[in-house]
Amino acid sequence: MTTASLSLVCPAGTPAALDAAVEAGADAVYCGFADATNARNFPGLNFSPVEMRAAVARTHRAGRSLYIAINTFPRAGEEAIWHRAVDSAAEAGADAVILADLGLLAYAQATHPSLRLHLSVQAAASTPEAIRYLAQTFGVQRVVLPRVLTLAEVTELTAAVAPVETEVFAFGGMCVMAEGRCQLSSYVTGQSPNTHGVCSPAGAVQFRREPGGDVTARLGDVTIDRHPAGAPAGYPTLCKGRFRANATTGYLFEEPTSLNAAEHIPGLIRAGVRALKIEGRQRGRAYVARVVGEFRRAIDAAVTGGFTVPDLASEMEGGRATAGAYDRRWR
Amino acid sequence: MTLEHPKLTLGPLHFHWPAARRRDFYARVADEAPVDTVVLGEVVCSKRAPFFDSHIPEVAERLRRGGKEVVLGSLALVMQARERQSVMDLAASDDFLVEANDLTAVAACAGQPHAIGPMVAVYNPSTLELMARQGATRMCLPGELTADAIGALAGAAMATGTQLEVQAFGRLPLAISARCYHARAHGLHKDGCRYVCEKHPDGMDLDTLDGAPFLTVNGVQTLSGSYLDLLGDLGRLRALGVSRFRLSPQDCDMVAVAETFRAVLDGILPMAPARDRLRDLCPGRRFSNGFLHGVEGMAYRAAAI
Repeated sequence: MTTASLSLVCPAGTPAALDAAVEAGADAVYCGFADATNARNFPGLNFSPVEMRAAVARTHRAGRSLYIAINTFPRAGEEAIWHRAVDSAAEAGADAVILADLGLLAYAQATHPSLRLHLSVQAAASTPEAIRYLAQTFGVQRVVLPRVLTLAEVTELTAAVAPVETEVFAFGGMCVMAEGRCQLSSYVTGQSPNTHGVCSPAGAVQFRREPGGDVTARLGDVTIDRHPAGAPAGYPTLCKGRFRANATTGYLFEEPTSLNAAEHIPGLIRAGVRALKIEGRQRGRAYVARVVGEFRRAIDAAVTGGFTVPDLASEMEGGRATAGAYDRRWR
Repeated sequence: MTLEHPKLTLGPLHFHWPAARRRDFYARVADEAPVDTVVLGEVVCSKRAPFFDSHIPEVAERLRRGGKEVVLGSLALVMQARERQSVMDLAASDDFLVEANDLTAVAACAGQPHAIGPMVAVYNPSTLELMARQGATRMCLPGELTADAIGALAGAAMATGTQLEVQAFGRLPLAISARCYHARAHGLHKDGCRYVCEKHPDGMDLDTLDGAPFLTVNGVQTLSGSYLDLLGDLGRLRALGVSRFRLSPQDCDMVAVAETFRAVLDGILPMAPARDRLRDLCPGRRFSNGFLHGVEGMAYRAAAI
């Protein structure tokens, strides 16, 4: 088996992060346009169409691939913005677009028949039946699997959908809810990943110092967490907050933690998974360089022998990690 | 312009009620509730399905005798082989319209008449038209859509002959997960959950650290802490072309809730007393309609009349 069998797909929110990912050994880099068409629609992040063309050219010169995520759901009445993004991706020479909306998949297929289509995790296709249907209907060639499946389920699904390729998340921020099907953020702030490409948006975050000295993290009108002043406090993502239920207080959905499936790299190779995905288009170049470099070494070692789990504790939220749904006990 | 007489749908019961209680509930609905359609079936957690599946034929027959259309809802998150098989079996049924709640069911129902549930991402006319071409005749839209988006979708619905439905009452389904939060809050895992979700017939309250009510946990599903109340928005939605309104079953007198919505839709009951009546029927509950008004979903905005 060669390293080409498991592709390392890495995030880039800026040209600098893109260069860092390519240098560190990414096989492919994924980016988005600077608007609501992608699920990391953060200020100061992402690429203009002109920057995207340059990014594609640089990535191709290095012999790597560039994918463009257009993975939010076009707002009714504003679909032209999403159609333009697909057109721009095709014009820029992207190697694939990563889409979630069925209507947008139909548009891409009809308008740019030679453009390679990947299904975003936001589309929430979790079964062979769903994936085969999308492959037959739209010509989808790769599916990014929802972070709800165990390693055994990923293995079974990958075999069942071939020749459609599977891609799985290996590291970074982790949704605990099925992606593309979560309206918690808009319930509190009016903006969600599906509608605006953001979750728990920074504009709705407030840190309030309490009379006793504690700091309360709020999202909209809702208290998400509270820490003693000076204690390390993570970003108040809604589902990583502390709440009360059944007379207990704690992280009832999930702790502030990162996904780290590095230990499963050999198993994912055996499963026939085509690509490993690193989350984090909102991250800086140093983070991208370090995480991508560690995963490059780990994948190469898994292929040639002598695999050890990379140490990425310093890059994890709160220094903590979980293998998430890959382990059945997580459920 | 004359509008089609608006219909009421009783959505699927999200909570894990004992089978006997479910049967009693649907028997009363069959006899007394002024709803046109009832969606049956376990849509949240496949572990619960064996408790009620064997009763569905009898309950469906009873509802039909009561003049209701019966629709069967599919599971919202499908992963395991037996879950996939249950979706395939459902789609193969000739007796009932199936409401697809995930892409597995959308795939299985393609090419035959079916309905699309609110947990499937229909956000724009292109997707609506595509699903209509694949056989969808009715769609209940995701809760987070604004009135403007619903208006744009209604145009496409009219052009394709699709019936458009919007949830108008009850907790909104906001998220679904592979992880069971009900079990987690009880120190258990999903595999050994002991069906603790049965303890909470209206879901388990999830409050903030300040004790403010926030969300509702129902096994692998997270719902709004507030009840959706679109009584004041029905007229506007009807004018946009919405032809069906969904009432999501809660632990309250759902027959009286349905009567209230029916009376408002029929122009028999004015808004103010209707709103008071709904609050009397759901003591201690908070209400919201923010999504429709383009703000945070948990907000409540008085409708412009």
